[in-house]
Amino acid sequence: MYVYDEFDRTFLEERVAEFRDQVARRLSGELNEEEFKPLRLMNGVYLQLHAYMLRVCIPYGTLSSQQLRALGAVARKYDRGYGHFTTRQNIQFNWIKLNELPDAMADLAKVGIHGLQTSGNCIRNTTTDPWAGAAADEVEDPRLYAEVIRQWSTLHPEFTYLPRKFKIAITAARHDRAAIRVHDIGLRLHKRDGETGFEVMVGGGLGRSPFIGKTIKDFLPKEHLLSYLEAVLRTYNLGGRRDNIYKARIKIQVHEMGAEAFAQKVEAEWAEIRDGALKLDEAALDAIRDRFQIPDLETLDDQPAELARALATDAAFARWHANSVAPHKTKGHAIVTLSLKPVGAPPGDATADQMDAIADLADRYAYGEIRVAHEQNLTFPYVRQKDLPALWAKLKEIGVATPNVGLITDIISCPGLDYCALANTRSIPIAQKLTERFADEARIADIGRLHVNISGCINACGHHHVGHIGILGVEKKDEEFFQITLGGKGNSKARIGELIGPAVAESEIVDVVESLVDTYLNLRTSPAETFVAAVERLGIEPFKERAYAPR
Amino acid sequence: MPLVKTGAPAADLFVAVADGEPLPDGPVIVSAARLLADGPAVIARNGEIGVAWPNDKDVAELQPFLSRLSLISLAFPKFRDGRAYSQARLLRERYGYKGELRAVGNVLRDQVLMMVRAGFDAFALEKAADVEAFGKAVATYSVFYQPTGDQRPTVRDARTASAATGG
Amino acid sequence: MTSPLQRKLKIHGPTVVTANRLADGVSVWLTAAGGWSETIAEAAVGTTSDEVLRLLDIAHADENTAVGAYSASATLAADGTPQPANLRERIRVSGPTISLPGAA
Ligand code: HEM
Ligand code: SF4
Repeated sequence: MYVYDEFDRTFLEERVAEFRDQVARRLSGELNEEEFKPLRLMNGVYLQLHAYMLRVCIPYGTLSSQQLRALGAVARKYDRGYGHFTTRQNIQFNWIKLNELPDAMADLAKVGIHGLQTSGNCIRNTTTDPWAGAAADEVEDPRLYAEVIRQWSTLHPEFTYLPRKFKIAITAARHDRAAIRVHDIGLRLHKRDGETGFEVMVGGGLGRSPFIGKTIKDFLPKEHLLSYLEAVLRTYNLGGRRDNIYKARIKIQVHEMGAEAFAQKVEAEWAEIRDGALKLDEAALDAIRDRFQIPDLETLDDQPAELARALATDAAFARWHANSVAPHKTKGHAIVTLSLKPVGAPPGDATADQMDAIADLADRYAYGEIRVAHEQNLTFPYVRQKDLPALWAKLKEIGVATPNVGLITDIISCPGLDYCALANTRSIPIAQKLTERFADEARIADIGRLHVNISGCINACGHHHVGHIGILGVEKKDEEFFQITLGGKGNSKARIGELIGPAVAESEIVDVVESLVDTYLNLRTSPAETFVAAVERLGIEPFKERAYAPR
Repeated sequence: MPLVKTGAPAADLFVAVADGEPLPDGPVIVSAARLLADGPAVIARNGEIGVAWPNDKDVAELQPFLSRLSLISLAFPKFRDGRAYSQARLLRERYGYKGELRAVGNVLRDQVLMMVRAGFDAFALEKAADVEAFGKAVATYSVFYQPTGDQRPTVRDARTASAATGG
Repeated sequence: MTSPLQRKLKIHGPTVVTANRLADGVSVWLTAAGGWSETIAEAAVGTTSDEVLRLLDIAHADENTAVGAYSASATLAADGTPQPANLRERIRVSGPTISLPGAA
């Protein structure tokens, strides 16, 4: 992973000092709430229903074991002993006190992490593939460019007061595991004639008006990455709407102008700056590349005896292996996903004790590196295949080896009304009930790949638009109701799900989801046809009919 | 509105003149509309000329007047409205404007360093207390990641320098 | 500032004014004495638009103690103490409806 140097560290210390001063001025009344709110948001501090929440940035989802321990320590010392991993590869603490926040941030800064730009109308944490550097299907490690973007966007003097928040995601693999088409800018790294560059998509986003990002450049040579981003951001900063918060995202600007006109404006701006100071020569890239510590993987064979034996003799291990272990680009190694979705628990939460234990396991089995995945799980990107049986036993002990990765109980859920001041309804309890209904591991394996995404309001933090089954909470006369969409997809073939009909009551939602699943099981051509493929083939009608049929 | 210029409190010598009013002697600030409509007449007078430029108007329109302007004031109706940061950079870095670039409106200490980096050198601060805090505010950071027209060395420059000296 | 008489506020029955304490974010309710309490039972109850507007003015003027003040409907127990009237406010009074990780 990228190791901070003295400059990065100095910067962070200065940031903590600045925030400490701002908090002191707010507590003394020198700053009023209107002035302070954007400043605290820029440091990841929200005010929720019954406490402040701190969102800590995990740059492109990469953590060292030492950093994970520091997060655990913050959870224990300043919070209630747990944290919540988010779809944007960050972590949130739900019970932190404003007057203790500067100390918590100082503790985090010691290990090079912070809440900087995790909220506010600035460029947010650039997210990427949790398997970056390890995936068998990637062109190049995208984290180098994510880091280049992190540095460029950190306290960018021109782009800190944008019309609205701005999210960039980047992938370098054939399978998009970073949902790049639902970001303000999506970057797909690919090669053309031996040269590395990016396909650039703009204007994706979810929320109240969901849009799939549109490609405005097929191939941007990598040396122009920053100048082109600067041109897009300048076009947005000057021209994005500021009259209506719901129309202020770049997706609306792109939609209202048309992608082509927008692209032309960006091109014109870019022509002025493309050969300026932002150009990335090899030396500039190398300076950053050199600060990435890439583990020195041993030379090992695939399918070692230890693994073959466990697969042959232990059905539970074999089930977990089939579900949670992915191929690695280096022989004899594997990528392991740690499910943070045990039956009956809030999706994405981990206790401080789990964080410590995971950090220890990472040191022992995974070269000390952990990733946060967009689906709110954790990943060990470098594991020796021969260690898998031993690692599995340990992961099971701490409750992070449920073999449900990518399955119906691997639910993405926002915090909802249990925490969030903007919520219409709760969402975590719905997720919990669904995991209980679908607790049978053989059954969910048979159902196969199925993403259920839940948001407690139209802000869509739970990405319900791109869930195969999307669930959106709406309130009617102080009762919780849920709208259901089908057929959404967040990957490279991104698609917004289709609403199947009127919202259903909270007491019905689990039954309705089960009947949707049963409909699929009845109608699929074979187990190889996934839920979402069946929805695409059949349309929503047969599902709709069953969902609303009297039970 | 206490004024801070190139880092120190300063008296404001410019007088804002409403559209249609005759231009008095001495430094004046006219509206963008007046400058664009009456350019030749405004420019022809002796004395320093400034313009109050709104944040939704393309600064490219100022190009014909730049060499004659002593002051351009850019607006922050709310500090959260950051359009003038882009305008400032364009004026300085693309159009080569060298005169006073003044931030007006909801100008607070927590943003002045960003403004300096974007090219502002004068600040009509909203709060008197921020005048005193100005020096500290612009020294909040010593490390910068992006190259902008203020010519401060960036982290990239510093890294190259420290590599060259073996440090 | 507009006087309370010129402003309008729709009130549905008994209403309390609530906010979050600046220093730690804890939910608090405005009391009749003009202070803040962590329990809704001690909240001042307004029943007319004017009363509630007056309470809101007191609350907003104290923004350095508690932030984001707003009015929320309440129900009254037999002895007249206010209680939260909807799910959102119940959660603000009693905390999340789920058991918190690590607590189980
Ligand atoms: C409880 C505190 C939270 C608050 C107050 C909050 C607020 C919001 C708001 C207002 C939006 C819509 C912005 C817009 O459309 O312009 C949004 C979008 C989003 N939130 Fe949250 N959120 C919270 C928690 C979370 C969590 C826990 C996650 C991750 C699991 C998350 C991930 C996202 C994502 C990915 C979007 C982007 C959707 C898009 O592209 O428009 N948020 N959030
Ligand atoms: S989707 Fe709505 S309810 Fe859920 S966290 Fe986001 S803002 Fe809150």
